[in-house]
Amino acid sequence: MALLEITDLHAGIAGREILHGISLTVNAGETHAIMGLNGSGKSTLANVLAGREAYEVTSGTVEFNGKDLLDLAPEERACEGVFLAFQYPVEIPGVNNTYFLRAALNAQRKYHGLDEISAIAFMALVKEKLKILHIDQGLLNRPVNEGFSGGEKKRNEIFQMAVLNPKLAILDETDSGLDIDAIRAVADGVNALRSPDRATIVVTHYQRLLNYIVPDFVHVLLNGRIITSGGKELALKLESEGYAWLEEEAAAVAGAKN
Amino acid sequence: MSSASDTIEEFTGQDYKYGFVTDIETEKIPMGLNEDIVRLISSKKSEPEWLLEWRLRAYRHWLTMTEPEWHNVHYPPIDYQKTYYYAAPKAKVVLDSLDEVDPELLKTFEKLGISLAEQKRLTGVAVDAVFDSVSVTTTFKEELYKLGIIFCSFSEAVQNHPDLVKKYLGSVVPYSDNYFATLNSAVFSDGSFCYIPPGVKCPMELSTYFRINAENTGQFERTLLVADKGATVSYLEGCTAPRRDENQLHAAVVELIAMEGATIKYSTVQNWYPGDKEGKGGIYNFVTKRGKCLDNAKISWTQVETGSAVTWKYPSCILQGDNSVGEFYSVAVTNNMQQADTGTKMIHIGKNTRSTIVSKGISAGKGQNTYRGLVRMNPGAEGARNYSQCDSLLIGDRCGAHTFPYIDIRNPSAQVEHEASTSKIGEDQIFYCKQRGISTEDAVNLIVNGFCKEVFRELPMEFAVEAQKLLSVSLEGSVG
Repeated sequence: MALLEITDLHAGIAGREILHGISLTVNAGETHAIMGLNGSGKSTLANVLAGREAYEVTSGTVEFNGKDLLDLAPEERACEGVFLAFQYPVEIPGVNNTYFLRAALNAQRKYHGLDEISAIAFMALVKEKLKILHIDQGLLNRPVNEGFSGGEKKRNEIFQMAVLNPKLAILDETDSGLDIDAIRAVADGVNALRSPDRATIVVTHYQRLLNYIVPDFVHVLLNGRIITSGGKELALKLESEGYAWLEEEAAAVAGAKN
Repeated sequence: MSSASDTIEEFTGQDYKYGFVTDIETEKIPMGLNEDIVRLISSKKSEPEWLLEWRLRAYRHWLTMTEPEWHNVHYPPIDYQKTYYYAAPKAKVVLDSLDEVDPELLKTFEKLGISLAEQKRLTGVAVDAVFDSVSVTTTFKEELYKLGIIFCSFSEAVQNHPDLVKKYLGSVVPYSDNYFATLNSAVFSDGSFCYIPPGVKCPMELSTYFRINAENTGQFERTLLVADKGATVSYLEGCTAPRRDENQLHAAVVELIAMEGATIKYSTVQNWYPGDKEGKGGIYNFVTKRGKCLDNAKISWTQVETGSAVTWKYPSCILQGDNSVGEFYSVAVTNNMQQADTGTKMIHIGKNTRSTIVSKGISAGKGQNTYRGLVRMNPGAEGARNYSQCDSLLIGDRCGAHTFPYIDIRNPSAQVEHEASTSKIGEDQIFYCKQRGISTEDAVNLIVNGFCKEVFRELPMEFAVEAQKLLSVSLEGSVG
């Protein structure tokens, strides 16, 4: 059984349809890249999967780990193991990063009928993950994302992912606004967390992130549809030839249909 | 009789001893206010002549005053002749067990994490329930007594320490101070009195929790706290449980006197009944709180205001002595139809006086929250400094936040800084929390607690925990 099974998903925002029928199968252990130009629907797909309220699903199904994902509230999806690394991580002034993460972990444990993690066990877990990700401990005692640099925010997302240990990680434009060193650092973190039990969806505009997080599959999104899928070489082709040829192909297909 | 059983007697026989319940049932005190009522209150408390005279002066002055209208709160006119002026908050019925208590109230207690013994005490399940804490209370009382600390009800102080009361009563909030304080001066029923002798550091937080009498203080409480030279005290006021109080008007006065080198920390968690969602019922809370600092003294006010339909209070510091320090840390929450107009006054008189103001206003529902503050630097306040920070947090789009900072500087060497911000709990913040598995309600609590952090850390530990819980109860259902 696939971990994630998206079938003919139509969704949009404010009455405007953006995704016009997406189908995608993701198995545990796989890394999928979703590429496309701005406005192609990449971030919409990420937000719809995470359950952001403003987005509306008009038809189609999403099955996650045997459950109807669309039927679950955002926090239930998180507890079921869907993690979204935000394109723009949100600042929560005055709330200690560690405290926030522990509240999140305990909420997820409670959902699964487990006791709250003890402070000592939690700190041990946190320190272990910091070490794997080579993140400075100073990050722990700062308010959530407040005053963080762009790179720190994205690394904090990966750190949260490490602690929460999701089944499916969706990285939404994790490379945007980062210089190459920061991209490498974030990618190293993601790679360190690869596991046969976890699937990753990398949403990105540029191929460069995929030099570091090498995908098993690449899907190209154009105008709310996946117009082509392939292996990692597809990303390289997009890098050298751009998206124009795909747009022409898509236009030709559309023309043939008419 | 041993002192332990004395205290038990105090605990259990309270109503009888002061005759509250019996009096109300047998001798109905007439509604309304006139000199006879003032005399009656004074005689019921067997007060000395000077105190009756003081009450009467206040009453006569009150007649010449008009109710203030400058505040940013709105309420129907109060008919002062339709109020009872000498009544316990409620005719108390002593219940046999918690089974007889309003289940709604018990649910709130549970949310607040109040211990069973405390629940029983608060709901009036007296007798055996309080036994656990009796010995504790006695130990504390003995310990305080050894240090020369006086901590008792205001009525007891009038009887046992009349000189101290006479010396300090009205020395910070004179009977003519303002409409509500003057009314209080005429009719105050009871309250707390505390005196810390020179050089004594009070070894524990003084709290109304330890004093059974707190239950019986009525609408017009009066608190007088004196820290003599070099003394230190931390005082906790208020009960963190919602009181189902039938009285509408609550006009209290608190006077603090910090002598040379003394330190007073005064923490309040106010959770009077806020009225229902439509704004029906609830307490009108008009409180005058003020402290006076002599040389090198310090007064620190910390308040968490979550209750009352209308809150009108400005805990203030008169920084009379050189190098004295005033602080005000406040969290005020208004949800549903609640209104709050609260802040502080820092009056810098002495040289090198310093004050800090940190105010956090939270508005939800249709709540209206106003910060009103005055920083005044008198001509003699050479080198005085003030730092003010006023932050407002809005939850939803039907509430309001207002800020009225008054700054009055008459000394060119004084420094005043003022920072203000208004923010809204964003959908983005809540979604971010939810995406990590945290429910909407917990997300709001998390964000609000982060917002209030600078104030909460000023509260004594256990109070801070209760304040956080209280906040979450107050804001329940404010989002989504």
